[in-house]
Amino acid sequence: MSEAYEMVVGLEVHVQLKTRSKAFCGCSTDFGAPPNVNTCPVCLALPGSLPVLNEQAVELATRAAVALGCTVNRRSVFARKNYFYPDLPKGFQISQYDEPLATGGALTIASADGTARKIGITRLHLEEDAGKSIHDRYSGVTAIDLNRSGVPLIEIVSEPDMRSSSEAGGYLRALRQTLQYLDVSDVSMEEGSLRVDANVSARRRGEKKLGTKTEVKNMNSFSGVERALDYEFARQCAILDRGERVTQETLLWDAARGEARVSRSKEESHDYRYFPEPDLRPLILDQAWINGVKAKLPELPEARKKRFVDDLKLAPDEVEKLTAHPDLADYFEALASASGDVRSSANWVMGELLAAVNARGGTIAHFPVRPHDLGLLLKMIQDGVVSHAAAKRIFALMAESGKTAAQVAHDEGLLKVGDDPALTGWIDEVIAEHPDEAKRYLAGEKKLQGVLVGFVMRKSGGRADPKRVNQLLASRASPS
Amino acid sequence: MTGSDYPTLTASTIAARVKDGDSSPVDVVRASFGRARAVGAGPDGLNAILWSDEDESVREAERLRGQLEQGSKAGRFAGVPIAVKDNYATLGLPTTCGSRILAGYISPFEATCVTRLREDGAIIVAKTNMDEFAMGSSTENSAYGPTRNPIDIRRVPGGSSGGSAAAVAAGIVPIALGSETGGSVRQPASFCGIVGVKPTYGRISRYGLVAFASSLDHVSAFARNVDDSALALEVMAGADQRDSTSADVPVPSYRSQFVSRATAVRPLEGVTVGVPREYFPESLDQGIRTLCDRSIEHFRALGAKVRDVSLPHTDLAIPAYYIIAPAEASSNLARYEGVRYGARVDSVDGLRGMYEATRSLGFGPEVTRRIILGTYVLSAGYYDAYYRRAQAVRSLIARDFAQVFADGVDVLFTPTAPSTAFPIGAITDPYEMYLSDIFTVTANLAGIPAMSIPIGRDAGLPVGGQILAKHFGESVMFRAAYALEESLGEDAHR
Amino acid sequence: MAVTHDDVRHVAELARVGIDETKLDELVRELNGILVHMEVLSKVDVSSVEPTAGSPAATGGTPLRSDSSGPIPLLAPLESFAPSVRDGFIIVPRLATHDDAVDRAP
Repeated sequence: MSEAYEMVVGLEVHVQLKTRSKAFCGCSTDFGAPPNVNTCPVCLALPGSLPVLNEQAVELATRAAVALGCTVNRRSVFARKNYFYPDLPKGFQISQYDEPLATGGALTIASADGTARKIGITRLHLEEDAGKSIHDRYSGVTAIDLNRSGVPLIEIVSEPDMRSSSEAGGYLRALRQTLQYLDVSDVSMEEGSLRVDANVSARRRGEKKLGTKTEVKNMNSFSGVERALDYEFARQCAILDRGERVTQETLLWDAARGEARVSRSKEESHDYRYFPEPDLRPLILDQAWINGVKAKLPELPEARKKRFVDDLKLAPDEVEKLTAHPDLADYFEALASASGDVRSSANWVMGELLAAVNARGGTIAHFPVRPHDLGLLLKMIQDGVVSHAAAKRIFALMAESGKTAAQVAHDEGLLKVGDDPALTGWIDEVIAEHPDEAKRYLAGEKKLQGVLVGFVMRKSGGRADPKRVNQLLASRASPS
Repeated sequence: MTGSDYPTLTASTIAARVKDGDSSPVDVVRASFGRARAVGAGPDGLNAILWSDEDESVREAERLRGQLEQGSKAGRFAGVPIAVKDNYATLGLPTTCGSRILAGYISPFEATCVTRLREDGAIIVAKTNMDEFAMGSSTENSAYGPTRNPIDIRRVPGGSSGGSAAAVAAGIVPIALGSETGGSVRQPASFCGIVGVKPTYGRISRYGLVAFASSLDHVSAFARNVDDSALALEVMAGADQRDSTSADVPVPSYRSQFVSRATAVRPLEGVTVGVPREYFPESLDQGIRTLCDRSIEHFRALGAKVRDVSLPHTDLAIPAYYIIAPAEASSNLARYEGVRYGARVDSVDGLRGMYEATRSLGFGPEVTRRIILGTYVLSAGYYDAYYRRAQAVRSLIARDFAQVFADGVDVLFTPTAPSTAFPIGAITDPYEMYLSDIFTVTANLAGIPAMSIPIGRDAGLPVGGQILAKHFGESVMFRAAYALEESLGEDAHR
Repeated sequence: MAVTHDDVRHVAELARVGIDETKLDELVRELNGILVHMEVLSKVDVSSVEPTAGSPAATGGTPLRSDSSGPIPLLAPLESFAPSVRDGFIIVPRLATHDDAVDRAP
């Protein structure tokens, strides 16, 4: 049935900005402080307190706006969005309404068929976060923590340009990646520094007019967004198939049950009575300052990918992996520079490094083996001081102990063994243990040399220098 | 100091005596409390003062005395007792805004202007009564009962800063802080026969002034003469990083620009006084008109050029004001719901019930009326017709003033209020009460400086004359007020 | 545009002020008595001006604060003025429904 319909999705994404202090007061934005410790007269909305805008919040928001190709407005106006909620101390949120910071940008994503799709960005504006209401801590009451109250947010509103849940997921992943590259936010949905509300509607394929949309909230992962969209789209298609009409309403996604329920909150709560915030003057930005923010933009994902393909001659699928997160790409570039070997650096990052980081459960930025240290290990391989097999063990031990590659190799006896008495000893043992293969080899069956070298390598714990083992074996064989 | 001359002393005289060691700050503070008792400032009398702590004020005066004895520099208000309207955040004394909803609330921080007064040696001796959240023109809307006018205790002192006006008029303090949103200092100054000044919007930081209508609220002051009122501004004015709407404009010495009859024959030579005809309607009380005419003659005699001018959008001020002010108030007062501070009223209906119980029992009828009105004019479908339109009309009113000032007028002169102090309980219709502000709200809408000084009495009751100037034009406003005050002499009070 | 009883009930809900039904008539009459005076505004030609945002005296852009400016200190602890505090949390009655708890901005 849903083949007859097309999904139309627009997303509203809230992102916490990485500032030291809050949007309108000097309180710390640190997570994990005891409840209500990071509060002051302003973010507690004590009588007589007033907001003063944080310049770093303006800069980070502007950075995001220019990176997303938006026009940054020289003049924008803060507005009050009025509603009652116990973790909204003033009874209004300072936001931007009809004169936002930035308008009219786009984000390019890869669609299902591999072609590039441009998703329009309607607007990007600056606002403040609310506190937290904790409903399950004490029985019968709600506990309010206002440490988050006033933390700066940007809201990024897309055009209804997405046509499937996977496109929506692609948009969110691309947006997250861009914001990571800009270093404006931690963008973690799990930690709440990125939140997504989705507007979704269904229309008959070929139809130009948009159908009635619903808003779906309360998703806590990107895959949750995709599942919620598929669920809601199917629900709307079923309604349309029955010849009924979709009601404009808000639904709450229940990830555990895999379903969205209609919110029972009253319609009146959406009359936010916006008006210009009289305690702040308009935000006026100098064009030269905006240009400066643009000039200082870090390299964005697309540019980095292109450089990796063009300059480093890496394959597109490798580049996708290596640029997934700016810290990973930074690590790779530093490693390539330290080791002087792009190819093996790419292999190590995509292989051993990612596996080790995932196994540890931390982030690249906090991984104990830094690119310089790993670079020295790669150099030891190049110089023939350690074997590949030994290098993997050394790497694991470096991560565990914090020691250098040279130290680990020495302490654990993982340096290559190239001296003839030791190698001859191992060769003799192998010949004794594998008399059949040895006899055939010594009789001239040369193809067995690799097998025997393998036995020697295993016996030596990977330390034997394979080149010399080959030479020594060859000297014993009868000429054929 | 003798207690007997205290009620007539100006702030600058007290500060000079304290500086010179002729008076002890402790004696001055005791004299202030003594005067309060003598005139009956408490709930059974004038009901001008809501909260005070004599022991603590005396201790503060003792600390100041100690510092002065140690050789500390005496501030411009050294030892001057000052009363503060109950809508300023003060440490130590409650800050209730005349409302039940903030009963018992003591602020954990202090208003910038109060801190600046203290830093210049002032001793805060009292928090004064007011219309709840400054919504009113008579100080009858206080949860703690009405304030009475010291000139005639059957009458209102005006409002909303009636407690501060009464405290100055009764000789309890030489200076008191009031606040203005639509005339809440100038109108009571007029009713009580004292000086009230509201500077340019942004001239004094609003940080710590509990918001009623943020774009209209002004820190303002009462004094017994023009000189003291200018001194109060000099101490409090200037940029403050905690108020985004405070102005980074240097504060001139207003008092050094006064020109006295003692040194000049025509002290207002070169000053043009505009008389806007819209402020003198046919219906204007004859007694008030006569006193204004007398003042205008004084201006001429002082060497000023007097000119009739027109401010054509004046009659739109009250309607625009009573949309903008309640709209902003409805939002500013949303924070009083019993969650973080103030009086919480529990209910069986959970959180929603607690909100409604707290707010319906915590707010008085005028505040409730304005919250409803303000919420209505901002609500979906009405915003453009009411709020947006009122803000456009506000631009027209501001433009009227700008054009007159650009046209060579230095100050405007008008009556401060359309009547003298009326009897307590005389006005019951809300809109009729709103009309008390008819001559004062324009300055709040435009953000221009304005002040009221006594210009005589009508049937024994004080009448104020209003002087207005352009944005940051306080110097010429004070200069004109000073000259008129000097010229009127004792006639200002008879 | 006369205000009706339902308008006032609706607005009172928005503003979270409980209105006693017995006082509704009077309130509706008072509000209409006030709003009738506002009608004059609808006849004004405002085509030549922009509505002010804030006071006409507050010109220029909003000042910006350094990110490292530090908080304004609270000179008395939260417990000294908050009606109900437990383990540092501000305590309020539980919301009526789970929906109320999550369906909200931002």
